[in-house]
Formats: sequence, C-alpha cells, structure tokens
Amino acid sequence: MALIKAENIGKNYQTEDVVVHALQDVSFEIEPASFVSFVGPSGSGKTTILNLIGCLDKPSAGKLQVADTDVGMLERNESAAFRGKHLGFIFQDFNLIPVLTIYENIEYPLIMVQNIAPEERRERISRMLAAVGMTQQARKYPQQISGGQKQRVAVARALVANPALVLADEPTANLDSQTAYAVIGLMKKMRDDFGTTFIFSTHDTKIVGEAEVLFRLEDGRLTAKEMKGGAKS
Amino acid sequence: MISLFKIAIRNLIRYKRRTLLTASLITIGVVFVLVFVSVTGSFKAMIIGQVTDSMLGHLQMHRKGYVASIDSLPLNLNMKPQAYSKIAAVLGARPDVAAFSPRVKFGGMFSNFVETTNIRLNGINPEQEFQTVPLLISRIAAGKKTLSRGEIWIPILLAKGLKVKLGDAVVIVATNVDGSVNGKQFIVSGILESATGPGGRDGYIHIDDSTEVLRMPEAEVSEVAIRLKDFSRLAAAIKQLETEVSGEVNKEGMPLFEVHSWEQLSPFFSIAQMIDVMTFFIKIMLIAIVLISIMNVMIMAVYERIREIGTIAAIGTLPGKIRSMFIIEGFCLGVIGAIIGNLIGVAVVIIINLVGIHFNFGQQKGLLLQAVLQPSDVLTVSVIVIIVAVAASLQPAIKASKMEPIEALRHV
Repeated sequence: MALIKAENIGKNYQTEDVVVHALQDVSFEIEPASFVSFVGPSGSGKTTILNLIGCLDKPSAGKLQVADTDVGMLERNESAAFRGKHLGFIFQDFNLIPVLTIYENIEYPLIMVQNIAPEERRERISRMLAAVGMTQQARKYPQQISGGQKQRVAVARALVANPALVLADEPTANLDSQTAYAVIGLMKKMRDDFGTTFIFSTHDTKIVGEAEVLFRLEDGRLTAKEMKGGAKS
Repeated sequence: MISLFKIAIRNLIRYKRRTLLTASLITIGVVFVLVFVSVTGSFKAMIIGQVTDSMLGHLQMHRKGYVASIDSLPLNLNMKPQAYSKIAAVLGARPDVAAFSPRVKFGGMFSNFVETTNIRLNGINPEQEFQTVPLLISRIAAGKKTLSRGEIWIPILLAKGLKVKLGDAVVIVATNVDGSVNGKQFIVSGILESATGPGGRDGYIHIDDSTEVLRMPEAEVSEVAIRLKDFSRLAAAIKQLETEVSGEVNKEGMPLFEVHSWEQLSPFFSIAQMIDVMTFFIKIMLIAIVLISIMNVMIMAVYERIREIGTIAAIGTLPGKIRSMFIIEGFCLGVIGAIIGNLIGVAVVIIINLVGIHFNFGQQKGLLLQAVLQPSDVLTVSVIVIIVAVAASLQPAIKASKMEPIEALRHV
C-alpha cells in the first residue's frame, strides 16, 4: 500500500493581480522505504510539492493522502501533531537551533514533540549520533561544527522520532559536492537501516542520480517518473 | 517544562547585552519602588506612631455630636459619669483593648501673673493616660514624669514665650459650661516638646483639677482615648465598638456615643493618604517600565527568530508550546529583574539605615528615618513585576505561535 497518494493535486497562489498555478493536476504514488527525488528547474513546483506532503501547506485542488491521512483536511494543530508523529524534515540551511547542543538538537523532537521517556531518549539519541558519526561532537553547539556536520545532525534530528517519511528540500544546496554525496549517502543508509522513506528535491544533476525513484517537474506539472535502472512511466 | 526553561534561559544568554539592559531597567525600577516604599512607609508609620502614641490614641469615643460641634471643645457635650461608666465597662471587657484614658478637654487662659495667653488643656488621669499614649512621657523635655494634683505640664512654646520655668506658679482661668469664670493656681512640673497634630501644643493637668477648675458638680469626661493591642485591627475594632454601643440611645432614641479612629481626628491622615497615592503611581511607573522594556525585547526576539520558529513549528511543535516558550522567556526576564532588584533594594535600605537620615516634621526636629522593608512589599513588587513581564510577553508569544511555518521558513 502506498505511503503517499496524490490524486490530481493542484496548488494556486493568489498575488495582487494574478493567480499563479504552482502545481497543476499532479498525481503520483510513493511506496514505503523509497528513496525519491523531485527534480526540475527553479519554479517547477518542487518545494511546493514537498510543502504539501509535509503538511506545511494545503492543496488547492485534488486529494493528497500521507500515511492514510487526507492531509488537506487537517486543522492547524492536527497538522503540527501529524508532522511531529509521521514526518521528519531536513532543510537546505540545516536550521539547527543555535542555543541547543548537537545532542539537544537531536533530542528536541523527542522531548518537545513526542514526550519520550528520558531513558529511551538517551538510547535513541546515542544510536542516532553513532549512525551519523557525530558522537564526538555531541556537546558542541551548531556554530562550532561544519556545514556537512550540521546536515548530518539535521538527518539525525529528522530520524530520531522514527518518522515514516523524511522530507528534504535541497538538502545539499549549501554543501560542496563531496559533502553533498556524503549526506545523500547517509540518507540512503538511514533508509536502508530504518526503512524510512526519503523524499528530497534537488536541481543538482549529479545528486539526482542517487535517487531510486525520480519525479520530473516542469511548470508545475509532473512530466516523468523514472525508476533506477532507466525504467520510465 | 524544564526544556522550555532551558531554551528560554539560553536564548536570554544568547542576547547578553539586550538581556542585561532589560534586566537592568527592571532592576532599577524595582530598587526605586522598594526604597520609596520603605522610606515613605517608615515615615508614615513613624508619624502615625507619633500622632497616636503621644496624643490621640488609636481611637476615641465621644458623646454623639462632640467632634462635629461648631464650638471648639464644647463643654456642654461632655459625657456624664454614668455615660462614661458604660463606656468604661464596655472597654474593660474587650480583650483587644490595651488601655483607655478619660480626658476633660477645655480652653482657658494661662497667666504667669505678668502676661496672659490662651491654652488648650487636657485633664487626665496620669496612669491611664501613660498606658494609652506611651510616647507622651518621652515628650517631657524637662521636669517630672509624673503629674500630681496642682501641677501642670505646659508646651515648650508657651514656656519660652512667657518665660515660664519649672517650679513657677501659674494661674489657669476657665469658663465653665454655664459661663461662670473660675481660676486655679498650678505649679509648672513639666515642659512638653511640641508635636505636630491636634493636641501637639496642649497643656496637661490632673483630671480632678479640671473638674475643679470647671466647677463640674460631677466628674464629666470629654473624650475617651483608646489604645488597641493590635493596631492593624483598628477598622474591625471600631466596627465592633460601634455595634456594642449602638444600643445606648438618648430619650429621643438617638445614639449616645460616637467612635472615631485617629484617621478621622488627625490632619496627618491626608498626608498618609497622599503617600499611598504616590506609592500607587510609583508602582504604575514600575509597571510601565517592565511592560515597555519586556514587550520591546520580546517583539525583537520573535522578529529575529522567525526562521527558528518556522523550524520548530515544521518539526511538529504545537502552537501552544511555541507560545509558552516566549512567555517563559519574558517570565525569566521578570524573575531575574525582580531578584536582582530585591537584593539591591534591600542593600540600599540597609545602607540608608546605616547612614542614618534625619528629618524634621513640623515642630519635631531631628527625627531619625528608619527605613523598613516589609516582606509583603518585596512580595507585592516581585509579583507585580513577574505578572507584568508575563503579560508583556503575551502579544509577541501569540504572534510567534500563530506564524505559518511555511512563511516563517521563507523569512530571510
């Protein structure tokens, strides 16, 4: 059964004079434990589609189901609760909380969103720190580590709450190519280890090749779906 | 909750200079209020103590109409012995009354055989009077601290003006209730320092002498001064006394007695009220300082952390928790300001007392100001600061919690 099911979704933005059609008639399905990328030029709708899947925005048309929930129908607080329970986020600018240590940043979703018991929290954080190779940096603050390390921490923070799905909008845009490959590799390993679905957007053609399922977007429309190995639909 | 406090405190530390500036403003406000409240409160308490313990007593009872009478010291409104006996019985039975003293008050002429002037006189029973107004003895600048029949205590201004010394013979001439004039010779046995307020320049004679001078056929009483064991229960005591004597009525069915607190008898009460009003406005200023400074700093905090708000909202933090995060930050600022302000305020009050500030009040010179900080004042000021700090954080906190994560994340 599909983790995500989009049926003819559209998203319009009203500016002062015109209506911008950011997404039009987009339909797709994503299976659990997939490693998926949305690619396309700037303005093609990549971020919009990630925002819709991530319950940060609502579709103007169509139906979008994530983990068997019609996310377009969720109220504000329900959206927040849904995100906290089912989703993880990795941001282009890492978006770590500067006043918290690496350990505390990873701990944040467990303590502020999910209210996990201290013992289990410690166990999960230690596992995540080890998985992303940041155990030695746990007591440092975000401003004391490099960009690549920050994104590793962001991956750990996104995964620590055991979400079904992690959304990453341009996760490698602020990283050099070597670090970018390392981060994508880490995400893939996490998918393998934890069975979490990863969806990321990128316009980096080299990084695109790492995705196992590729959705191409152009002018707000889904133009192609490519599977690893060259299969197209 | 602990995590919310941890994040709030770290965010305050993150913007050290701004936090320091805001906390300093609150601290200065708290110190100012505490010092003002302690100094004015102590001044007020001292003057009230002077007024009640050296002249008026905590409250007084009169025959109905005595205080409101257009005549000054109306002898025709004195209490008859039977009426006084009733009051004495009531007061004697009350456990909250420490002492009471009957007085005969009248105006007369004071002569040293060379010059003559007016004088207001109190006929007192010395033992009862000293128990009721214990500071009266401390006003005796020269002479005996006892008052026997045939002796008079006179105010220092009169002694200086008429060049009267201790041991001098003087004559008191007074008109009685029927208009006949009588005189009696006294020996000056004490000279009293003046005190501000009604009775502050009065002379004193024995109550039996006043009965004689006024040719009263029976010992009448003008007023009964009363001292309570617990001054803070004044209002309740007055109410109970009024109820107790309300049954005493004259032939027309009108009440026979009236009860007045020192507040109704002394003009200093207006000054005390003015001090209370000033204290109230000083507290309003403190509220304004805390409100403006914390609201300003919290609005800045929200504006600077829009992306952070977007991040924590995106990863599932509920709006209520985001709101709490900022309210706790304001709360912590208020608590920090209140704690430091209280510590410095207490230190300043101690320094004021160590330095020893003297002041004059009316004719009383060189009074030592002893500032006292009541725990209730510290608590009140702290609670005001913390409540206002939380209230000032509400609007920015609500704004933060209502931000759409998608827009907050786009913020540059």
